[in-house]
Amino acid sequence: MTEASTEPQPLLRVQDVRKEFPTHRGEVVRAVDGVSLEVRKGETLGLVGETGCGKSTLARCIAHLYDVTSGSVWFDGNELTGLSRRAMRPLRREIQMIFQDPYGSLNPRRRVGSIIGDPFAIHGISKGAERKKRVQELMELVGLNPEHYNRFPSDFSGGQRQRIGVARALALRPKLVICDEPVSALDVSIQAQIINLLADLQKDFDLTYVFISHDLSVVRHVSDRIAVMYLGKLIEVSPTDQLFEQTRHPYTRALLSALPVADPDTADSREQIILAGDIPSATNPPQGCRFHTRCPKARADCVASEPPLEPVFDDDPAHRTACFFPLTIGEDLSTAVPELVDLPDREAS
Amino acid sequence: MALLEVRDLRVSFDTPDGIVRAVRGLSFSIEPGQTLAVVGESGSGKSVATQTITGLTRGAEVSGTAVFDGTDLITADAPTLRRLRGAEIGMIFQDPLSSLHPLYRIGWQIVEMIQAHDREISKRDARRRAADLLTLVGIPRASERIDDYPHQFSGGMRQRVMIAMAMALDPALLIADEPTTALDVTVQAQVLSVMRKLQQEFGTAIILITHDLGVVAEMSDEVIVMYAGAVMERAPRRDIFYRNHHPYTQGLLASLPTQKGKRLTPIPGSPPSLISLPPGCPFAARCPHVFDRCRVETPPLADVQGDPRHQSACWLDHDVVEAVA
Amino acid sequence: MTAALEVIEAPAKAIEGRSPVLLAMRRLRRDKVAMGSLVVIVLIVLMAIFAPVVAAITGHPPNEQYRQIGLTPDGLPRGPNGTFWFGTDDLGRDVLVRIAYGARISLLVGVAATAITVVIGVVLGLAAGFLGGIVDTILARLIDVVLSVPFLLVAIALVSITGPSLSITVLVIGFFSWASVARIVRGQVLSLREREFVEAARSLGAGDTRIMFVDVLPNVLAPVIVYTTLLIPVVIVTQATLSFLGLGLPPPTADWGGMISESQNYYTTAWWFILFPGIALLITTLAFNLFGDGVRDAFDPRADRLR
Repeated sequence: MTEASTEPQPLLRVQDVRKEFPTHRGEVVRAVDGVSLEVRKGETLGLVGETGCGKSTLARCIAHLYDVTSGSVWFDGNELTGLSRRAMRPLRREIQMIFQDPYGSLNPRRRVGSIIGDPFAIHGISKGAERKKRVQELMELVGLNPEHYNRFPSDFSGGQRQRIGVARALALRPKLVICDEPVSALDVSIQAQIINLLADLQKDFDLTYVFISHDLSVVRHVSDRIAVMYLGKLIEVSPTDQLFEQTRHPYTRALLSALPVADPDTADSREQIILAGDIPSATNPPQGCRFHTRCPKARADCVASEPPLEPVFDDDPAHRTACFFPLTIGEDLSTAVPELVDLPDREAS
Repeated sequence: MALLEVRDLRVSFDTPDGIVRAVRGLSFSIEPGQTLAVVGESGSGKSVATQTITGLTRGAEVSGTAVFDGTDLITADAPTLRRLRGAEIGMIFQDPLSSLHPLYRIGWQIVEMIQAHDREISKRDARRRAADLLTLVGIPRASERIDDYPHQFSGGMRQRVMIAMAMALDPALLIADEPTTALDVTVQAQVLSVMRKLQQEFGTAIILITHDLGVVAEMSDEVIVMYAGAVMERAPRRDIFYRNHHPYTQGLLASLPTQKGKRLTPIPGSPPSLISLPPGCPFAARCPHVFDRCRVETPPLADVQGDPRHQSACWLDHDVVEAVA
Repeated sequence: MTAALEVIEAPAKAIEGRSPVLLAMRRLRRDKVAMGSLVVIVLIVLMAIFAPVVAAITGHPPNEQYRQIGLTPDGLPRGPNGTFWFGTDDLGRDVLVRIAYGARISLLVGVAATAITVVIGVVLGLAAGFLGGIVDTILARLIDVVLSVPFLLVAIALVSITGPSLSITVLVIGFFSWASVARIVRGQVLSLREREFVEAARSLGAGDTRIMFVDVLPNVLAPVIVYTTLLIPVVIVTQATLSFLGLGLPPPTADWGGMISESQNYYTTAWWFILFPGIALLITTLAFNLFGDGVRDAFDPRADRLR
């Protein structure tokens, strides 16, 4: 596998990755704009953000479904960027993806056994009865009845389809599984089933997860570390507990406060921070700190330049924040007033 | 005197696969100015119920009554329903993209709606009112943006436009069907805050349909939990969370991820088919406390601990509630 | 394995995975008009297969000219009578027997040309839609060109060079029809390409060819099947038209278009000569069209309630 070294190498290393898309109008959408990350073997990294933050695009760059515009992606010591499709093929066995849409990610015209058996077929591993046996084992593993081998996806519920997707992803025993909003489209009671399933599989197969979601409560539950994205950039990266107990970035704090909590006492007592305005367009992101147009603490410095992603105050080196005026513990953001007045589209609240 | 009183609403659809009984005996009432949350997962019948009440369901067999301010909406004729919709009952749906006409300016759409219900009002006054409404829901530079098309607004803004339209005629009741499900969480917070503000200002009653228990905790006065077309539990907000009775309610709350690492207790199995429902309690197949009677007899809604405001459809002892940690 | 303990209940449907094609077939079986047309088609096929039997029963081979008993003393065709049930043509040949043999040509060309058309069209449509880029540009332009070419003029020109023959007829028809199929397939593929299951296949390491044929093709099958059943009658009529214009098979081969052509001068004097081949063509085309309609309705996604 990897060369012997004293320090364990991260399983995945993303270095200053940028991904741009051209639009019809000749503009450029900077979906991912300079992201650097590391993921260690066996951990779960949560990737969180709202619409347009670039998390799905980043996921696809890691899975090599998109070619990055610049920067590099390293997996298990191998550089993925620039690899030809043929060279990438063996590595695809190690990196797998679970998709968001249980209705769209499975081919409606193929039988489930064939769908789950696809990885074996594509990589020429096992055929016929042997393959069928392996597929049925996978089905049992994810909680599906192996006798439903010949059914079509439309015969299954959303939660079950998602399990099919998981079985397919696990067929070749990958090392890294990128889960792109795997439970967002499911009912609450089914979400819990799938979350438990993913946790069990991680333990049993020593998997590493990159878990993408817009739902912070789910991400909090599953992740060891969390990276928060906004408009193509990382704005805070931290071990899970610290992100919630020592939130440093105003956006993270707003995100947390906006999250509805299923507890009336908490809902009544907390001060919600309502952000002004909408998420800006990714074709024309704000100058300097991208968040300044909506930030309750925005100052002139925030427009002048972009804050670097680094530890602030006396934080753990693993906790990095991209903000010139990060929050102190206990700071009340709901009373903050921005010092910039000529911002577009800020409502008078 | 309740603003809307629904009694034993039943809605079924005839499909090639069989008769789908989407709503099976729903009863509830809502007072003026109150917020009633209707919680359920997919297939619970929550959307079908409210759509049927406002006369928006086609091809269904409906029985039961839904008395709004003296008129039974179920038996009302089309002109009556049209008059009530918009003027007395406002509606917001999940997807503002499909509810707003893409080819007409939003100002025009609001004005048109105002004028349809108020023949006297002049175009200028209607326009002014539309602009006021847009400002009220937090659309910046409303007097300029009133002439924009729906696609020029973001998802959150569009939803606010929908709210403005729904509130344009100062309806007594607002029915919001998953109004924030498709929105980002920070935008959701904005929209919910707008709804609360409007409710305070105009005293509108709100029926809020959602699957998100967090939204329920923030917004509701009273909660109905639906499953397989019937009500499982009805209670004031705090009771639903802290003194609930029905195992389905408990199951839902236990499935929610809270802190890191604690293993979730999901509800095993999946929701039943609405075509071939087995007899007895619809939740029996998935209930951790099931016993024989559950599979034979359907439990009626009955008071919990003697409180008529808190009812549960379950055979378990109604004097015992499970406190949630 | 802890995960396996949470085995989930089987879905309510007790039926083993029903493929969409099987479901459509079942729906088709309930369509009376379609089934009726299918019966007619089967009868026509049987007639074609057993044409020699028809010849044996009547005792008249298809190309045999009966100048004495088949023609009037003035040399005109005889109407339907005891010997010639459908009458004779201008050369005293048995019209009934010739219609039976003509069915062979119509069906053979109909099926063969359609098959070639569809195969070529599907493959090229798949390639154009899926591979995109320069492949698509070239193929799309080629499709446009082929669709703009005046079919009849080229057919006439070609046949005048090579002379009429069965294989030329099939090739000419096939060459011009593939473009419509390809265009339809291409359109379908363009939207299918963006579906998540295609992305999933890529993430597994599947190559383009595999994705095209294993993932995308099954999803375009439904419209292709429908189009094919509606293409057959078009091809049959086209072949008859070519024959009518003298571009089809060389005489004396019996075929409906040719017969109608030969009957042009006799339509006042020998109505049976033009009517019967005409009716044969009409019934065949109608039967295929009605059946095709039935197939299309059976595959109608709105009727597909599997969601």
